[in-house]
Amino acid sequence: MKSKKKSTVQLTFNDGWSYDPAPESKDHIRLKEQYELFIDGKFVRPESGKYFDTVNPATEKKLASIAEAGDKDVDLAVRAARKSYTGAWGKMPAKERGKYIYRIARILQERARELAVIESMDGGKPIRESRDIDVPLAAAHFFYYAGWADKLPYAVPGQLPTSIGVAGQIIPWNFPLLMAAWKIAPALAAGNTVVLKPAETTSLTALKLAEIIQEADLPPGTVNIITGAGATGAGIVQHAGIDKIAFTGSTEVGKLIQKGLAGTGKRYTLELGGKAANIIFEDAAIDQAVEGIVNGIFFNQGHVCCAGSRLFVQESVMKTVVRKLKDRMETLIVGDPLDKNTDIGAINSRMQLNKIKQYLKIGVNEGGTMYQSACAVPTKGFWCRPTLFTDVSQSSRIVQEEIFGPVLTIQSFRTIEEVIEKANNIPYGLSGGVWTDKGSKIFKVTNQLRAGVIWANTYNKFDPTSPFGGYKESGVGREGGLHGLMPYLQHA
Amino acid sequence: MMKDSHSVMSYSYLNSPAIDQVGVEERVSRLTKRSIKKESKLAALKLAMSMLDLTTLEARDTPGKVRQLCIKAMHPHESVIGIPAVAAVCVYPNLVRVAKETLQGSGVKVAAVATAFPSGMSNRKVKLEETRWAVNEGADEIDMVISRGRFLAGEYDFVFDEIAAVKDACGTAHLKVILETGELSTLDNVRKASDLAMQAGADFIKTSTGKIQPAATLPVTLVMLEAIRDYYYATGKMVGMKPAGGISTSKLALQYLVMIRETVGQAWLHPDWFRFGASALANDLLMQIVKEQTGVYQSIDYFSKD
Repeated sequence: MKSKKKSTVQLTFNDGWSYDPAPESKDHIRLKEQYELFIDGKFVRPESGKYFDTVNPATEKKLASIAEAGDKDVDLAVRAARKSYTGAWGKMPAKERGKYIYRIARILQERARELAVIESMDGGKPIRESRDIDVPLAAAHFFYYAGWADKLPYAVPGQLPTSIGVAGQIIPWNFPLLMAAWKIAPALAAGNTVVLKPAETTSLTALKLAEIIQEADLPPGTVNIITGAGATGAGIVQHAGIDKIAFTGSTEVGKLIQKGLAGTGKRYTLELGGKAANIIFEDAAIDQAVEGIVNGIFFNQGHVCCAGSRLFVQESVMKTVVRKLKDRMETLIVGDPLDKNTDIGAINSRMQLNKIKQYLKIGVNEGGTMYQSACAVPTKGFWCRPTLFTDVSQSSRIVQEEIFGPVLTIQSFRTIEEVIEKANNIPYGLSGGVWTDKGSKIFKVTNQLRAGVIWANTYNKFDPTSPFGGYKESGVGREGGLHGLMPYLQHA
Repeated sequence: MMKDSHSVMSYSYLNSPAIDQVGVEERVSRLTKRSIKKESKLAALKLAMSMLDLTTLEARDTPGKVRQLCIKAMHPHESVIGIPAVAAVCVYPNLVRVAKETLQGSGVKVAAVATAFPSGMSNRKVKLEETRWAVNEGADEIDMVISRGRFLAGEYDFVFDEIAAVKDACGTAHLKVILETGELSTLDNVRKASDLAMQAGADFIKTSTGKIQPAATLPVTLVMLEAIRDYYYATGKMVGMKPAGGISTSKLALQYLVMIRETVGQAWLHPDWFRFGASALANDLLMQIVKEQTGVYQSIDYFSKD
């Protein structure tokens, strides 16, 4: 009787007034049919002679051919970087260096619209995010580190810091332009030169950045951007002319890099996977916490290493939170990344979609209860509806392993001690979230969480002044802020 | 099944949830980024028109002024086909009879402000008397004000009892409870006052009198809609929402509609459950509707002021 009455108390969101398509124009976008490698200030054909396709994950249509850098190309890029390091860039006064970095930041802002559209076309992320988050933050990183260029002695007071040399940088496909900015800006500010490789599914904005670097007139070879897949990355890691490796990507590849670098004397920073605990206490502002859960796991299709993918809800509010979350999920719009109303865009690649689908199967087979929102998705392209799993436990694979998709697991807890134990009981330690109306509880909990970044009453907020990085298998080293300069400096 | 105190509890303003202002503003900012184009825009403009409580609350109001407003309410812009009448005309109690006579048979409701509007600084006897009088004059809806001083002094039971008594005095007339959020200082108070008003019997909760700044805002409305949603979850009863004051552009009106759609859902996208307390908004909606239909903006001189 009671349950019958309950079923009538149901909000409906989608069968009535809704939003017409509001696509962002792409008329102003200029894409070449074929992109070359950016080495020594010029776009050059690869010695390898090979090219690969980059596709739009929302349409599965080819966008362009991208050069694949072989070992010879890696060598040319590293040599160019060395030449600039011992030459023009290395000898340049620090305040002049800063001017170049400011110039990159300004051109990024001027071309923000174009970059946002290309980022969404090549990677599948909604234009709302590439326009409001990725591109402005990328520019902000260049602005921030430009300021450090002539103030390095203040970064390490009492010691005279110097640069390291040639940095080999390998970045992932989830925030292509932003990760390039995270890597290149501090390296340049500290006086190093760079060989950067974007991920093979999302090379375009890095190549646009190469155009911007050319336009900013940096000395040739200061930044080299070479495209390719894992073999190209391995070529960079193994090259004897590299002094430091900065890698963002999977823990699996991170471990291979660490092994490969052992005994070589090369420095490294690794920013790897995560499986963050997002913890909701019963005294939290529940509606705002629900919004935080959504931002935590459905931001960028869940392709976020610091995503709040493990939700812990205090038992007394579990049912309320799950109900509100399900209702909120019904209002999330999945579809065309270029539509201004899209909340969740396309999964980055078929490979990643298959991986996510595999995990959904595992979750169901393990006894989890899966809920997906009812929204329609396009027929072409790679899509995954926002998904949550209840009836999962600490031992479930979908709780322990990084899915890197819009998939949330929900567990309940009773006490602070219990949730801290569960939150830390995982090989990862990149990030976490705590939601409570009590300030003292925030400090009590966050001090005991073993994670590099912890948000309180918010989630997935980024700023160039704030360091970012992991504990345990989530990596070594920090990026962003003063801490982010250190891996690119050496001092007595 | 899991047991959950928050949903099976008897809904009570004594345990209103915490509200995080930063989080509320962030959600509002995301809602206002929805892009409403083409058919969805035209449909929304007409819907907003049908949700208007066309309002005149000035001491210089006369029967003549009110009659003009009522005619505008029934026939907002006859030269364009398909424009709906507004939901209600909102006046002081002494002009209810004029409004009622003018609107006879049109389906447009008469709303009267009562309970020593806008301050509420009178005794309960006078407030109840005024309410009964306005209903007898023909008011379909009563817009009452809460005693903000008592609320801020923590005398919640007093405020609760007063609302319940006015509701009783309304008889079959619908009761809108004005929280005057511009005087409540925090969103926590807005939430508590919303919970209190709904529990005491409000058919609608309303942000403002229009006499105090700030009047209606999107963050305040979001907090009130979330309270309405929680009340519905807990009791199955729908309560209406009326932001009033400061909503003068179509763009802003559409942002409110987006907020309803994504907070309480489609059922509330109806004049029975959502109203705009406004006057200047009417002509802006008309201008936008005409623009959507003809492709060009027309001069303000083509739209009647009253």
